[in-house]
Amino acid sequence: MNTLKLAWRMLSRDWRAGELTILIAAMVLAVASIGTVGFFADRVKGALGKQANLLLGGDILISGDRPLPELFAAEAQARGLVSTPALRFNSMVRREDADASAAGAVLTDVKAVADRYPLRGTILLVDPANESGTPTRGIPSRGEAWPDARLAARLGIKTGDALAVGDATLKVSAIVQQEPEVASGLLAIGPRLLINLDDVPATNLLQPGNRATYRLLVADLSTRDVLDPYIKWLQRELKAGQRMENVRDLRPEVRQTLERAEQFLGLSALVAVILAAVAVALAASRYLRRHLDTAAMLRCFGAPRRQALTLFVLQFAVLGVLASVAGIALALLGQALLVAFLTSVAPGDLPAPGLLPAATAFGTGVMLLFGFALPPLIALANVPPLRVLRRDLPRPKPGGIVAYLLGAAVIALLIAWQAQDAKAGAIMIGGIGGLLVAAALAAWAMIALLKRLPQRGATWRFGLANLRRRPLASSLQIGALALGFMALLLLTVVRGDLMENWRASIPPDAPNHFVLNVLPDQADAVLAAMKAGGSATPLYPMVRGRLVEINGTRLDTAQYEDTRARRLAEREFNLSFASELPKSNRVVNGKWFDGATGTAAGVSMERGIAESLRLKLGDTVTYDIAGTPVTAKITSLRKVEWDSFRPNFFALFAPGVLESMPQTYLGAVRLPEGSKSAAWLSALVQQYPNVLAIDVGEIMRQVQMIIGQVAKAVEFVFLFTLLGGLLVLQAAIAATQDERRFDAAILRTLGASRAQLSAAQNAEFLVLGAIAGTLGAAGATAIGYVLSDRVFQIPFSANPVVWLYGAAGGAIIVTLAGWLGTRGTMRQPPLAVIRQLA
Amino acid sequence: MTQPLLRAEQLTKIVTSGDAPLTILDDVGFAINPGETVAVVGASGSGKTTLLGLLAGLDGATRGDVWLDGKALSGLDEDARAALRQRLLGFVFQSFQLLPHLTALENVMLPLELAGANAATATAKDWLARVGLAKRTTHYPRQLSGGEQQRVAIARAFAGEPKILMADEPTGNLDNATGLEVIDLMFRLNREHGTTLLLVTHDVSLAGRCARRLSLAAGRLVGDDRMDSEDSPG
Repeated sequence: MNTLKLAWRMLSRDWRAGELTILIAAMVLAVASIGTVGFFADRVKGALGKQANLLLGGDILISGDRPLPELFAAEAQARGLVSTPALRFNSMVRREDADASAAGAVLTDVKAVADRYPLRGTILLVDPANESGTPTRGIPSRGEAWPDARLAARLGIKTGDALAVGDATLKVSAIVQQEPEVASGLLAIGPRLLINLDDVPATNLLQPGNRATYRLLVADLSTRDVLDPYIKWLQRELKAGQRMENVRDLRPEVRQTLERAEQFLGLSALVAVILAAVAVALAASRYLRRHLDTAAMLRCFGAPRRQALTLFVLQFAVLGVLASVAGIALALLGQALLVAFLTSVAPGDLPAPGLLPAATAFGTGVMLLFGFALPPLIALANVPPLRVLRRDLPRPKPGGIVAYLLGAAVIALLIAWQAQDAKAGAIMIGGIGGLLVAAALAAWAMIALLKRLPQRGATWRFGLANLRRRPLASSLQIGALALGFMALLLLTVVRGDLMENWRASIPPDAPNHFVLNVLPDQADAVLAAMKAGGSATPLYPMVRGRLVEINGTRLDTAQYEDTRARRLAEREFNLSFASELPKSNRVVNGKWFDGATGTAAGVSMERGIAESLRLKLGDTVTYDIAGTPVTAKITSLRKVEWDSFRPNFFALFAPGVLESMPQTYLGAVRLPEGSKSAAWLSALVQQYPNVLAIDVGEIMRQVQMIIGQVAKAVEFVFLFTLLGGLLVLQAAIAATQDERRFDAAILRTLGASRAQLSAAQNAEFLVLGAIAGTLGAAGATAIGYVLSDRVFQIPFSANPVVWLYGAAGGAIIVTLAGWLGTRGTMRQPPLAVIRQLA
Repeated sequence: MTQPLLRAEQLTKIVTSGDAPLTILDDVGFAINPGETVAVVGASGSGKTTLLGLLAGLDGATRGDVWLDGKALSGLDEDARAALRQRLLGFVFQSFQLLPHLTALENVMLPLELAGANAATATAKDWLARVGLAKRTTHYPRQLSGGEQQRVAIARAFAGEPKILMADEPTGNLDNATGLEVIDLMFRLNREHGTTLLLVTHDVSLAGRCARRLSLAAGRLVGDDRMDSEDSPG
């Protein structure tokens, strides 16, 4: 006989009899939640990144000190990418009618662009009729130039005037209010002029010695996901002096936001999977109990042990494959819905769902099934056939400690796989493990305590005696229920708080303009002007220095394979000093100066840059500051909230080191939106021509938009977690259902009325639910705290409602579910129940 | 003389319960020839069910041995004993032992399918018809009365055309009238198929329908009586 065929038949019979519902639901759910997040991450995360790329004008920016090889653009085209060249250089720009030596000349950041610029985002032109500017497609024609509002204000020019750029004379045909390329380094930004690339030769400015940056913007406007292979190819081709950047490299705010978005999504999926794993484990152990007779009969009818095992394993393998396929189908549907929710991402911009997330989800399903179901299956095949005669034989244990280890290993593996962040994963594992142990202990203690309570009435006594009678089973059941409630509370109350806090981490008064290059003697006046303009941060001193030695060894930037790290090491650092730890900074390692001064107090580094440059606490770094070497030991590492949009520094010295060095001041201010801010800016720049003011409002809007979209996505993914929690509740109640029905039948034969039985059962479920709900609330609060404090690093505020929801909700839900599950028992004749379950 | 179909020699089962070893079966020996109908009788705890478990190879003896169709069970591993059961034995149990998630038809089919029978469905339907349940094939055990459940179990036991039918208190869970019906059915089918019957019971009247009676008391064989019986063959 074809064993596979028989396995298939046995499986379909079980399915028809409703034996597999919870198991299948748990499997489908696990696969669907992993799949949805996988597909979503695959498609939409890229799109979120692309939206941030609006800030760059393209998806990636290749730049070099010399003309870039034609090959870069040709290869991009061959791979289906679009690209456009650009050239950037500094030049004095003046009104055509003014004398070159007159004060009317302004050092300008000139950008020469070609057709299709910008590949991402749009240029906004000043329009008297429209305060927020008019978007344009296209670039200045030959012979035309588009100054930005600052340059226009400084030179006092308007549309129609003529500008001299080198040897060329260009006509001002529009004034730029905002251009997409706001992402590049702060200090590179002076007043800007946009011209046509074809006009560059006429300026005669590209002489040897005049530094220019040659650029190529590349974007993937197709939906075929061809950018990553190109980036890989490009990284092999890049020579010294050539760089590739994307917006993540350039804007720490965007980088941090996208990373948190990924963490939130990954964690949501993870919680769903862990819950599904618990549900699979509970369902598999119920399956074991209910199939002991089948197994014994199979052996009695002459099936060898191996055939019995093969039969069960085959059934589960088929089940696993089918449930996984169903889960993946559900995931495809889920991610399509999710994409539809995020309306601002046009589906046309998204790559089609890939195979990898499907494979990952499928693997999850198979791992879950075999991690949690295999031990019970092996136990099933080992059932002694004598059981057909003696029902009282001890039940085979499902593989004992090995089974638990296997299950734990599978969970750990899944967490490691899903949580790209080891720390978040460890917190989840620790939280769930701790919760289970704590729940079992607390349940045991509460059950012991119940014994001491005066108990009125037989129903209460019997109901509570039921809890006490099986302390281990009750504790485990309470643990599983608590886990379910924890997930529900995490997602309803705590998640809301977390997301709210995340949104609030960009305060409404976050600065939207950076003011820099303020000279020391201007500092007081500029700060006063900033305060008049809006809410302002203090002005921070800033000294520029190059990192030249680490631990006494000359820094060789070639040691950094990562281009971002190399670039960070090559460029000049913005150094500052402070006696107080600045706002939105937190020491994560080492100690803040706390009154210590001088180089002996050391230097405090931002953690991210320390990681990139492989610097550790205790390392000694030497900066070359205007020719003077300054050496200090790293005495603390700081975590910086970049998305606070406040001025922050990679390296902070203690007071008494940098004060004598040449320095400028840097601060930030929140200006009201609209024309008032433009007037304030032009007044500031006219009064202090050297001062630069940079609009970061657009970056902030992008970050806020990403947060908003991810919040929606997380809410959606948490639906799966909700289902997982409900499934665990259902599985935990079903786990002891047969026992309860049997007990109830016995009691009825002893003359208990239906009302008495219901009351006894309700008493038991009520206490069970309240204990589990309270423990779930404790777990949710603890995990919420640890997650916000340690992982997302957003402030945590405890929500007292969680406890109320937990205890009351737990009692109500469990009593209701228990009543539904055992309601049938009360109607069936007791003998039928006893016969069925004896 | 023909070779006995089932033979037990010096069969002893000792279990350790607490500190003291407990002898459940003590040096039991007998032989059963093809076609015999044998009742094993004795009070509760006399070792009847243990004996049945040992004879069917569901459990191992402490001492002594069982020969099924000439094969010594002690020389076979569990899988070989299972194969032997598949070829030779059918079972009817006190508590029916129908699998609750299988229909009547599927319950009867299962041993046939395990044995790799070709027309499991047709055979099973045929047997359900013979026990009078042709119209209840798609019912689950919980939808059947006790007597009907036991009739399904009987159909299941005979469907594999066993040489020996082993029945453990087949009427124990049934009322008198239903029990009688079931027993009549069992003996009728037994006659029609020339099956050897080994019946464990404490019901004297039921035992009286068998041609031979083995009496157990406190684990020892205390009587082996042959008598005339309405159901005995020839």
